[in-house]
Amino acid sequence: MGEPVLVVSDLRAYYRTSAFGIEREVRAVDDVSLTIEANEIYGLAGESSSGKTTLIKTIAAAIQPPLEVLGGSVVFNFRDRRVDMHGVDRQHLDAIRWKNLSYIMQGSMNVLNPVRRIRHAFVDFAFRHIGKPMPLFLAVVREHLERLHLAPEVLDAFPHQLSGGMRQRVTIALATVCRPDFIIADEPTTALDVVVQKSVLAMIHEIQRELGSSIIFVTHDMAVHANLTDRLGIMYAGRLVEEGRTADIFRAPRHPYTAHLIASLPRLGDSAPKKGLDGAPPNLAEPPSGCRFHPRCPRATERCAREAAPMASLAPGHRVACFYPEPERSA
Amino acid sequence: MSGALLDVDNVVRTYSGGLLTRRRVTAVDGVSLRLDAARPEIFTIVGESGSGKTTLARMILNMIAPSAGTIRFDGTDLATIRSSRARLAFMKRVQPIFQNPFESFNPMKRLDRYLFATGRRMAGLSDTTAIADAADTALRSVGLSLAEIRGRYPHELSGGQLQRVAIARALISKPALLIADEPVSMIDASLRASIVNLLRDLRDRLSVSIIYITHDLATAYYISDRIMIMRHGKAVEAGDARTVLDDPQHPYSQLLKQSVLSPDPQHRTVGRQGGSSHA
Amino acid sequence: MWRTLRDLLRFNRQFAAGIVLLGIVAAFSCLSFFSPYPPNDSFVVPPDVPPSWAYPMGTTSRGQDLFWLLSFAIRNTLLFGMVVAILSRALALVIGLVAGYSGGLVDRALMSINDTFIVIPLFPILVLFYFVMRDHMSWGLLALMMACLGWAYDARLIRSVALSLRTREFTQTGIFSGMSTRQILVEEHLPYVLPILFSTTMNNINWSIGLEVTLSVLGFTDINTPTIGVLIYWANQHTALVAGIWWWLFFPVLLVVMTFIGLFLLAVSMNEHIDPRSRLGRS
Repeated sequence: MGEPVLVVSDLRAYYRTSAFGIEREVRAVDDVSLTIEANEIYGLAGESSSGKTTLIKTIAAAIQPPLEVLGGSVVFNFRDRRVDMHGVDRQHLDAIRWKNLSYIMQGSMNVLNPVRRIRHAFVDFAFRHIGKPMPLFLAVVREHLERLHLAPEVLDAFPHQLSGGMRQRVTIALATVCRPDFIIADEPTTALDVVVQKSVLAMIHEIQRELGSSIIFVTHDMAVHANLTDRLGIMYAGRLVEEGRTADIFRAPRHPYTAHLIASLPRLGDSAPKKGLDGAPPNLAEPPSGCRFHPRCPRATERCAREAAPMASLAPGHRVACFYPEPERSA
Repeated sequence: MSGALLDVDNVVRTYSGGLLTRRRVTAVDGVSLRLDAARPEIFTIVGESGSGKTTLARMILNMIAPSAGTIRFDGTDLATIRSSRARLAFMKRVQPIFQNPFESFNPMKRLDRYLFATGRRMAGLSDTTAIADAADTALRSVGLSLAEIRGRYPHELSGGQLQRVAIARALISKPALLIADEPVSMIDASLRASIVNLLRDLRDRLSVSIIYITHDLATAYYISDRIMIMRHGKAVEAGDARTVLDDPQHPYSQLLKQSVLSPDPQHRTVGRQGGSSHA
Repeated sequence: MWRTLRDLLRFNRQFAAGIVLLGIVAAFSCLSFFSPYPPNDSFVVPPDVPPSWAYPMGTTSRGQDLFWLLSFAIRNTLLFGMVVAILSRALALVIGLVAGYSGGLVDRALMSINDTFIVIPLFPILVLFYFVMRDHMSWGLLALMMACLGWAYDARLIRSVALSLRTREFTQTGIFSGMSTRQILVEEHLPYVLPILFSTTMNNINWSIGLEVTLSVLGFTDINTPTIGVLIYWANQHTALVAGIWWWLFFPVLLVVMTFIGLFLLAVSMNEHIDPRSRLGRS
């Protein structure tokens, strides 16, 4: 394995607001470090307000007040250049967007202009990166669509003429047409029906294997992670609490939170009682002391309330932030 | 027919299209279902977006009227409910639980207001302490208490707690039927199981029948007694939940079942190479 | 509510400036209660005296002390604006909320009336009204008339908010909690509409004062009740500008401009408070 494509180290991003004299600080991302290798799908899981959306915003350098990056770095090693996302100017960022780094969002309508044909979206986003005259460029786009089993006729359609699943497929085509090194996928299938979701996931999987790009795939849906990702990071209350190969995490989760999350997943054909977890996700404006999971954790001790456990390797490639991890289970 | 708590008979609901188009959209197209009064159960309606499941629920709640067909609750045709007294009597027996717990309560108002209003108007209590007792009893049956909820605003509680309060509110008038439209889809995964368990528990402990509306086959399998699968406004398959989901007969039900992602990396259904490709 | 006002005063300069301007105007209008002369008496002081220590705003050609006369005029003008605003707000609120919540036939009936009021030309109607009423024309009657003409835009605004509130789940929770329609409108929906109501009140006062001044300057109102417009009307009748009696026009115009700017600043700063993004941080 070569150099990792993305290295995030000790990243810290807070929302700071000051309205009418009341200062608030929401610690949405706190001390997150992770690396993503070339040609892998890295899953990021977490509940609402776990900071996963803030984390990818920070990775994409899409930072707007009140969000502030207080520390840490995000460094990409693309094929042709190395980019420190928070150390370069806007022009530089524009040059890598879509060419090296692209996005698949939840709402396809955020990317597709409702009053313009699909073709224009491809021209707007990709034309200058591909650097070919228009007829050749369109030929490249058509070829790409065919590779994704999409009829080239969609280029002449308006977004509203396509179904939700079709639109999401078009945005995937759009995100991959420049053969980017890295794709950020933010809940791309959450709004879709299950039948469509499965085929869209298959499409993402196929194009990733073909292009060899890396994907950071964010969703709260653990079943999607189980079916798509190679490695998985679990976030809780702004921190990464466990990271490892997807198969390992599902087989033998080590962090108590992950263990609960996986045990409570409903499975078709299984009606054995599932246990819910007490308590509520913490308020990130006033996070609990020590480990942020300790008020809800069945294994917590006084030590957990005092200090936060650092991420530590329990097995090769399996890191957990817990003093008292679940015992290793043999499958 | 006696003994039917709810008898939905061949209901149809159409919506007219836009101003210029003559096209009419049929949201629900000839659906029938029957709940037995003597046997409380969780009846699940499964469907994707646009299948008409929410429209059906709104008709059962008497929020909209069917274009054709009848809905009888306790033998009364819902179309005959006109006076506000009859409406109250109906709402006392049939209560909704909504999808988004953060939207179920006015964010500017205290939560206990809704509990007390329900106690006063729906349960017919007038004494303040009796109302508070009724609210407390209902809250305790969902694992909360009035002491925790009194004076709190919606933003101070988590989605799971709010959904519990919503369920408690619905229980105050001691209804016979709850209509829960996607009650867990907006709730975090770690809190979801306890809400689903609560619904099961209500059926067993309080003998409440529940119409559970969802798109999620896995939770449907987990809690339902009977199930109905809807597509384009029609019921394509219905019957005992285990039987239907273990061995679906209709092609659409089969497709739906195949599309459910297994939360198990060992049995991947996406992509060709099962298991992870990285060693 | 009080905390909101305090915070606005402390952190919003526009709001503070608006409050100061309106405070000066209001204090000045209160002086009318201590006036040594009744407002309609003329030739109680020497005419055409420029501003001096004895007569801080000078005197008019009709022998009135402009300082005290103006205090009556601004009081009547402010009162007029507020009466119009309160009456038209009440109409807009009831019609907007009921139309939005009821929907269907009620909504369509109310909104067709509403649209009629939006399209009819105000000014000719008011002039016509003056010619019909003539001697019976009074300050109160004009206020009532303007209130009836001034609710339509804001009723539509309130209706659009009510329409979206109706489809929110908490409205359904209210219904299934057994709340009455009145209770849902007043307790559930009104809090969402109040901020709009406050800011439109400011704009409505501005609008009605402006229109009243216009009508009065042209003589289409009851010219025996001193208002800012009537004052300017009399100044024009005595060709004050040509005669070099500038103070007779300057002070009324100054006062009305202060009122306008004050109300405008309040409306603008309240908009900022209504903006949910600035409210989120408060909780």
